[in-house]
Amino acid sequence: MNEKQRKKMARVPFKKVIKKHWVLLLMLAPAVIYVFIFSYIPMTGIVLAFKKYNYNGGIYGSPWNGLDNFKALLIAKKMGNVTRNTLLYNIVFIVLGTIFQVGSAILLNEIRIKAFKKTAQAFMFLPHFISWVVAGAIMYNVFSYERGIWNKMLVSLGGDPFDLYNTPGAWPFVLTFLKLWKGTGYGSVVYLAAITGIDQEMFEAASLDGANAWQKIRYLTIPSLVPTIITLTLLAIGGIFRGDFGLFYQTVRMTSKLEPMTDVIDTYIFRLLMSSGNVSRSAAASLYQSVLCFITINLCNFAVKKIDPDYALY
Amino acid sequence: MAERDLLNERDEEKVVYKEHRRKLGADALSLKIIAYVWIGLFAIVCMLPFYLIIIASFTPEKVLIRNGYPIIPTAFSTEAYKLALKNPQEILLSYGVTALVTIVGTFLSIWLATMTGYCLSRKDFPWRNAIAFYFFFTTLFSGGLVPWYILCIRYLGFKNHIHALIVPMLFSVWNMIISKTFMAGIPSAITESAKIDGANDFTIYVKLMLPLSKPLIATLGLFSALGYWNDWYNCMLFITESRSDLYMLQYYLQRILGAAEALKTIAEKSGMAVQAMPLESMKMSMTVIATGPIVLLYPFVQRYFVKGMTIGAVKG
Repeated sequence: MNEKQRKKMARVPFKKVIKKHWVLLLMLAPAVIYVFIFSYIPMTGIVLAFKKYNYNGGIYGSPWNGLDNFKALLIAKKMGNVTRNTLLYNIVFIVLGTIFQVGSAILLNEIRIKAFKKTAQAFMFLPHFISWVVAGAIMYNVFSYERGIWNKMLVSLGGDPFDLYNTPGAWPFVLTFLKLWKGTGYGSVVYLAAITGIDQEMFEAASLDGANAWQKIRYLTIPSLVPTIITLTLLAIGGIFRGDFGLFYQTVRMTSKLEPMTDVIDTYIFRLLMSSGNVSRSAAASLYQSVLCFITINLCNFAVKKIDPDYALY
Repeated sequence: MAERDLLNERDEEKVVYKEHRRKLGADALSLKIIAYVWIGLFAIVCMLPFYLIIIASFTPEKVLIRNGYPIIPTAFSTEAYKLALKNPQEILLSYGVTALVTIVGTFLSIWLATMTGYCLSRKDFPWRNAIAFYFFFTTLFSGGLVPWYILCIRYLGFKNHIHALIVPMLFSVWNMIISKTFMAGIPSAITESAKIDGANDFTIYVKLMLPLSKPLIATLGLFSALGYWNDWYNCMLFITESRSDLYMLQYYLQRILGAAEALKTIAEKSGMAVQAMPLESMKMSMTVIATGPIVLLYPFVQRYFVKGMTIGAVKG
């Protein structure tokens, strides 16, 4: 929106807009009210982070207690660990996720046998269609200590069975694998569409100029995917302090032994609220997360705007 | 005449393509081999767990305990399904709840997203940017889980109410943005001529815009239906044991898996044998039962799914 449009808009008087567009306003009302109730009212609820919640007082009537909730969080010494986990997991998910999605899209595009391509794509989508509950069940099926397929294979090859649910150090690899397994097929579609959108004449011209298949990917396909990659990565970085609750909750199933490696901010907040019933402290952790998210997404957008305004989110 | 030219052109293209194939160099060949091998392997890795679960669900419990989960089926039994369906009331009930929630929720969320998207796509509406920002801001900052949860449970009465399963996922800003972008691509001349004929905005939305937005509706419908069918989170937050008749399928499965686990732990601690009950195979059969419909639906919607994902590739 440029300056001219803004001025033009400001000139339309309030009453006139209502009179002319009352039907549109009425149509917007349900969503506006919904967002007001479920997003804006909870935003005022962040005061809870500075209060000692009691049931009778509710959000607004409970007494203030300053920074006590944050102090208690500091004393519990969990925040550093869960923040580190959330950040590291998400960085790995974003980097490997993008590489796998772009790579799969490029390779899928090379496949000319239609039936093969269709079947492969159908299989690759399948994991996206199941819930994390089912994914967790499948994982248990594969890695269960006594009966899992993985251990059965290890034993039949002469090795010792591997107890995943007692080995925190293995979880970063397992969770990354699971995330890639579930998201790659689905995520590659956007990139595949972007590849098919590239002007075919460019490839023909490159062939005439003597470019080989790899050079065409390096100098034509990948550069034309950059805008899509930047936009999607930017969106992902905006949520870098938000853990994928389903992934961590349904696979780890609150096994306390695994917590040091698998606890993210979201599972911590959830545990504080539902298991410990510690509403105020949970609200404080939740505010901490929201503020971190808000700062990262704005920084990110600011940086991108500086480099190339076309890629900015807003 | 023109048609024949086109045909000829196509034939020529084919010839060129064939020549191209014959001249496949080492670089192109290596790329092709990598593509087929990688995509083939990845597809197998994606599909394999489903295969294993189905096999395990049809394997007798005794064989499972003795040999572990099989890769190649050795024995066949429907015992686990019989047991899972022995008390079909619970499963049928949760199927019913899930289906109801999915249908109502999907219908309402398509309606909300497209109607809001349409209003904001209207270029003659002077407040559209301000209102769009009002929505967009909620994706940048949120109050977090706790205030939202307390609002829902204390002030809106979501506890043990079916609303709790539908309302939290009704409106998504991203779906609204997708709708807005899609509808902005429909020529505004259509809206304007209808206006001249005396149609109001709501009529235009229902009678003109919706029929022109079928791919959009298919996409949003698929996204929402998937979200509702696979939801366990809201059920876990708001529905307690006293209203187990409101359990959705995925949550029901989650509880059964958890219960089977707990049972096993108790049995192991007390040294009691649990072989009497086909826990392992029953878990697998329950997983198949809970996943089944959505995967069966999938081949029919795959076309829309791919199309829709590209509609969604837009920025805010």
